[in-house]
Amino acid sequence: MKLELRNITKKFGTLVANDNISLVLKPGEIHSLLGENGAGKSTLMNVLYGLLQPDSGEILLDDKAVKFNGPGDAMAAGIGMVHQHFMLIPVFTVAENVVLGHEPTSKLGALDVGAARKLVLEISDRFGFQIDPDAKIQDLPVGAQQRVEIIKALARNAKILVLDEPTAVLTPQETDELMEIMRGLAKSGTSIIFITHKLREVQQVADSITVIRQGKVVASPSPKASASELASLMVGREVDLDVKRKPAKLGGESLVIQDLTVLDDRNHQMVDGVSFKVQDGEVLAIAGVQGNGQTELAEAILGIRKVHSGSIVVSNKDVTKSTVREVLEAGLGYIPEDRKKDGLVGDFSIAENLMLDGSFTKPFAKGIQIDFPKRDEIAEDLIERFDIRTPSAETLAKQLSGGNQQKVVVARELGRDLKVLVASQPTRGVDVGSIEFIHEQIIAARDAGKAVLIISTELDEVLALADRIAVMYRGKIVGIVDAKTSREKLGKMMAGIAA
Amino acid sequence: MKKNKDVAVKESSSESVLKEIMSGDPVRISLSILLGFIIGAIFMVVFDSGVVKSWSNFGADPNYALSSVWWTIQDGYGALFSGSIYNLNADNFIDGIRPLTETLRFAAPLVMAGLGVALTFRVGLFNIGATGQIMVGLAGATFVSTRMELPPVIHMLLATVVAVLCASVWGIIVGILKARFGAHEVIVTIMLNYVAASLFTYFLREPSLLLEANGGGTPKSDRPADTAMLGSLLGPEFKLHYGLIFAVLAVVGYWWLMERSTFGFRFRMVGHNASAARAAGIKVENTFIWALAISAGFAGLAAANQALSIQGGLTTSIEAGIGFDAITVALLGGSRAGGVAMAGLLFGAFKAGASSMQVAGVSPEVLGVVKALIVLFIAAPPIIRAIYRLPKPGPKMIDVMKKTAKVAK
Repeated sequence: MKLELRNITKKFGTLVANDNISLVLKPGEIHSLLGENGAGKSTLMNVLYGLLQPDSGEILLDDKAVKFNGPGDAMAAGIGMVHQHFMLIPVFTVAENVVLGHEPTSKLGALDVGAARKLVLEISDRFGFQIDPDAKIQDLPVGAQQRVEIIKALARNAKILVLDEPTAVLTPQETDELMEIMRGLAKSGTSIIFITHKLREVQQVADSITVIRQGKVVASPSPKASASELASLMVGREVDLDVKRKPAKLGGESLVIQDLTVLDDRNHQMVDGVSFKVQDGEVLAIAGVQGNGQTELAEAILGIRKVHSGSIVVSNKDVTKSTVREVLEAGLGYIPEDRKKDGLVGDFSIAENLMLDGSFTKPFAKGIQIDFPKRDEIAEDLIERFDIRTPSAETLAKQLSGGNQQKVVVARELGRDLKVLVASQPTRGVDVGSIEFIHEQIIAARDAGKAVLIISTELDEVLALADRIAVMYRGKIVGIVDAKTSREKLGKMMAGIAA
Repeated sequence: MKKNKDVAVKESSSESVLKEIMSGDPVRISLSILLGFIIGAIFMVVFDSGVVKSWSNFGADPNYALSSVWWTIQDGYGALFSGSIYNLNADNFIDGIRPLTETLRFAAPLVMAGLGVALTFRVGLFNIGATGQIMVGLAGATFVSTRMELPPVIHMLLATVVAVLCASVWGIIVGILKARFGAHEVIVTIMLNYVAASLFTYFLREPSLLLEANGGGTPKSDRPADTAMLGSLLGPEFKLHYGLIFAVLAVVGYWWLMERSTFGFRFRMVGHNASAARAAGIKVENTFIWALAISAGFAGLAAANQALSIQGGLTTSIEAGIGFDAITVALLGGSRAGGVAMAGLLFGAFKAGASSMQVAGVSPEVLGVVKALIVLFIAAPPIIRAIYRLPKPGPKMIDVMKKTAKVAK
């Protein structure tokens, strides 16, 4: 089906979220909608999906003007949307989730599970999804859950599929699988709008590209455009994706992990005899596919997860059995992989979030009272230094964009006197401009002589930051290699094949 | 299969509703109170025999029928006003203002216990154990006030401190059960309410503990020693006593604790995001214990207020539903110091005004209905939003868009 958005304008008060946007989606095409957070992509898609009414402009399906008064209309017209956050019921099976809302029923009105299963199997086979219709959603990995969302849309005869940041939650392998699926769907005639800010994926899969900035279409570059061209178009200025860095000036060993073994909540051994050292002034990056023990490793270093055996030494202090507070006081800074869960309190102001782990001591605490003038002073300073774009220090953290939220976390951790920085997925869900900035800050910490441990599932990030790379697979370090190691070799190591 | 931990952690809808209930949006709360009074008025009118009679003759005298509705409401809420704020029919100022002092007197324990419940709300605990904590506090205060001989003031202060400590112990039990064994605080507090009530009755029956010296079979204590009594605040003309001062101090103390101190910061951090608090070096389990201990301490203050202001001997009825009302007061006050004080005053006014409503021929149970409705409306934010067509809470679309536009620049 051909989709055309013609001169769509949508205003919120004085703010023009979509300014005269036009876009044509040809049948069987993968059209990438590229833009920073807040550029107006979501507004445009909400207009398309009938959640918002445009102030002017029209939507044409196969050259006929249509009007959607709600998602129901859009779905009936053949538009399916896969949201970034899945709309699935964890305790239901795949088949049950797929038919939810339009369940096939037997003559007596009971749910016809057989028909539902058949539907799932049929779609799954057609596109090579390999989904078991009887599996419970909660038992599926994220990538498979996403496929269920796609099946859900296809089961309602979607001819146009909108994928909103679909790879944000996927591992590199799952991402590759999704790309395959997208190509297969396009080949069979489904048109896809692919919303993302990951340039590599756009280059990989898009047939055409529309870049949106501040509500306007700024360019329709060729899919062959380079990553920095695309990034510059998105951000509106030159973006340097290569982090500049001096050669490492190595110092003492501030983080020493020895034979570390860590169990997860179900007593599975997630970290299995891991040993490594990080020297002052270098970045050691732990690469690996999500779920190979990196999360547990980071949690064990911070002390929120118990160490089963082995030892952790932070700047010559054995912190294996220490409390989180003692670890922090030993000079560890920690950027968690899930900032909303472990890094921020959404309902707290930025100023409060910047003192989250400082409530025990100076400069934030004066005795048992918070030193408010000092707190505000520090907040203003960090907001300035770390380029946190916010109306004020009193703004709630949850109201910030992902990139700015992450800058709050980075500012808090790097804002105090550190020996060691442990950063898990430091730029997950962060816009390009902020990624550049956060990477610079991490390198600046390294150049200031801190020992930096990066844990990232994004190979691009690992290669951009690391002096040395340790690859983790099934709880073990497969090998520690030089940062100049090729992608292919790292890829093999990530699959468990030792160098 | 291994669960991928990377699933976006989304607040379940029940959790977000609970958060909304406990967050106490002032507009929504004011509207809930207004709606409670309106429906209360309907009750008054519908169950007033005079009004019913006048409406059966509506055709003959519609004017009378309509005005009788108005007069019934005016009489009812007028009586509430003169019973709780200022008696317009009084001969002199002292009699006129007495209702207000009564409101303050009734409000004091509600405010103190309400602050306790509010504190646990802010830590993310649904504590409904104020009743039990008050019972235990009553026992402690009464033991000191009836079985010990001490100089004035010191006796009263000691009794108050003992009440606070006894109640705190009761709170700490909940905290430890939750922190160490993961017991749910709702269940534990409900059960401990029963235990405390029985324990208090047992103490009141036990000659070696609280039973009055020449007592019969009824569980009742001696009257507290004069030295332990909370002194009169405005002279013998009024019943208002020093409990009010404790309540004011409690409000200020609560405000300081929650908004200014590092403890409050950690309490709120745990309440909003326990996971982030843990990563910030806070021992979440210990925080629960502390919160419940301090929370129960506030309930203990309420207990002291009750035990040390009574003119006769104590029975279990002295608790007077304060522990339960405290939950409503905390909800109504949005768990903030100022809000809880206002909510406590409102409920104090209800208690003070009930008798004069009865005198005016309006069933004071209407106030019970109003109270219950207020709770209902607060607990059902979606209803209130639908009735008044309020927008859904959360960052307003336009604010978010503006901000991100700024960021893009």
